[in-house]
Amino acid sequence: MAKIIVVTSGKGGVGKTTSTAAIGAGLAMRGKKTVVIDFDVGLRNLDMIMGCERRVVFDFINVIQGDAKIKQALITDRRLENLSILPTSQTRDKDALTKEGVEKVLNELREQFDYIICDSPAGIERGAHLAMYYADEAVVVTNPEVSSVRDSDRVLGLLSAKTNRAEKGEGEVKSHLLLTRYDPARVARGEMMKVDDILEILSIPLLGIIPESTAVLKASNVGTPVTFDTKSNAGKAYEDAVSRLIGEQLEMKIQPERQGLFQRLLRRTA
Amino acid sequence: MSMLNFFRRPRNLTSADSAKERLQILLSHERTDRSSPEYLPMLQRDILEVIQRYMRVGDEGVDIKLERGEELSTLEINIELPGKSGAEARGAA
Ligand SMILES: Nc1ncnc2c1ncn2[C@@H]1O[C@H](COP(=O)(O)OP(=O)(O)OP(=O)(O)O)[C@@H](O)[C@H]1O
Ligand SMILES: [Mg+2]
Repeated sequence: MAKIIVVTSGKGGVGKTTSTAAIGAGLAMRGKKTVVIDFDVGLRNLDMIMGCERRVVFDFINVIQGDAKIKQALITDRRLENLSILPTSQTRDKDALTKEGVEKVLNELREQFDYIICDSPAGIERGAHLAMYYADEAVVVTNPEVSSVRDSDRVLGLLSAKTNRAEKGEGEVKSHLLLTRYDPARVARGEMMKVDDILEILSIPLLGIIPESTAVLKASNVGTPVTFDTKSNAGKAYEDAVSRLIGEQLEMKIQPERQGLFQRLLRRTA
Repeated sequence: MSMLNFFRRPRNLTSADSAKERLQILLSHERTDRSSPEYLPMLQRDILEVIQRYMRVGDEGVDIKLERGEELSTLEINIELPGKSGAEARGAA
């Protein structure tokens, strides 16, 4: 019986899709049978980040509307066979998502997987609402920046009131903070909020700190979840976050950027 | 062709080159798909209908796989045929 985890944020462009792909890949690397689902109807992107965009035949909406079976819409990752992708439609809009349809698909997937990771669209409208509605846990992706923190707070409110668990009195959706695009140098200069400041404001447990990293763009260029880049700082940080997600206790550290030979030499002479 | 281009081997593709290539292939398909109806569900239904005229195949028995390429896309259709007991032609039953 799978655990359903929504990756959400309110604010757009903070790293939800990047994190969905990275966490999904990380769980699969740990041997968990994992499916990542794109809830951003009309703006399909998870397929590109996962690198399977050329293989999309049927999508989430086709399954909801009965035009295809789940088995036919799921794409198996070429690198890890226990990782699957359920892409969304590029041509429909969010109204094609229905609560009943989403529930039916999730119930069927629950039987086959250990983890179901839902990539929420930005905002708090229908798509975002349905992405979080059936979640058991939430990863709230936040950048160290005022509007992102504020939107995360709003989303935490919705998670504790407007979800199936909340409405049925089945206990809270367990929410974790994933701080992304964190730049230690700017924090040191006092230009960016510190981890502790954000934790104090949002007061939810910290799942991980993903540094601002050049590896993320590189990974998206080639369609590889950044977790597969095991040498990169972002890849390592996501790996740590995944370990915590499956319940391991791990010391929280900020992964340093791996320096090239040139930078190391510069440093030595400086 | 400049010398630079001549020496540029596909092996030296940077990640940015690969981003451009992936986008070009994907978008050329998406732009043409947008103007035509979604044919894959219909294609699947029709295939199933034809097969079912001759054999007992379940609704899940047809699996369509697609790989969009630059010059060539491949469509792979797998049909799960039933075992011995279900294999007799319907007309004969
Ligand atoms: N740790 C990081 N370091 C550097 N760049 C990052 C990092 N995380 C995400 N990005 C970049 O930020 C941009 C937005 O990321 P992404 O698409 O994952 O956000 P999103 O929250 O899914 O956006 P949307 O709300 O539009 O769905 C991308 O260009 C991505 O490469
Ligand atoms: Mg996204």
